[in-house]
Amino acid sequence: MFSISNTPIDIDALKQLVNTPEAGAYVAFEGWVRESNEGKKVTALEYEAYEELAVKEGKKILEEARKFNILKAQCVHRTGPLKIGELAVIVVVSSAHRKEAFVACEFIINEIKKRVPIWKRESYEDGSTSWVNCAHGCEEKHSHDPVPEGARS
Amino acid sequence: MSVRSIKTVRVDYFALLKEQRGLASEKLQTECATVQELYEELQKRYGFSLKHSSIAVALNDEFADWSRTLCESDKVVFIPPVAGG
Repeated sequence: MFSISNTPIDIDALKQLVNTPEAGAYVAFEGWVRESNEGKKVTALEYEAYEELAVKEGKKILEEARKFNILKAQCVHRTGPLKIGELAVIVVVSSAHRKEAFVACEFIINEIKKRVPIWKRESYEDGSTSWVNCAHGCEEKHSHDPVPEGARS
Repeated sequence: MSVRSIKTVRVDYFALLKEQRGLASEKLQTECATVQELYEELQKRYGFSLKHSSIAVALNDEFADWSRTLCESDKVVFIPPVAGG
């Protein structure tokens, strides 16, 4: 199951959902809010989701991960304002042996970052803000854009 | 119904587009035949900085091609580059 939550995630409850007698391995990925991005100090961060489509696409990714022969997988992504160090996203996977769970967990988080309609707005020390990844593809540079053209890789 | 007819559609905005439009959702009347035409029309009207080639589009909560025909009561969401995780 994939879900979006605007309140703190209960990690233990999520772990129990993938705990099954056939499982011999459990792998989790936790994405945390980092205090800096591309050399700038981040003071606040907010996630926004297009929930209807995010949940559909997230579920599709978890279904696709079944090809790795795992037992169960779950993912929750936060929305709303988050503090530095807070949990932003968690993926939990169980499988009979560890290899499958490691591979599936990495696949799931990579696909989520690429495909699920969730956006991140960072606020910086100098008072500027930026929607991460949205500076690319601009018709022209905007004065409020804190990142110089071509500075992102 | 001819594709050039006027239809009422709902457009939802997220992230940078919401900021640039100044609201999250609106109903509007348009003669645009495709979702791409609609984006280009709104881009001109509201000065969206993102090119259509750098974003995706969803029609009625499913990812869609830019060439998709707009129909009465469609829900359209333009999807700026994502940044989850």
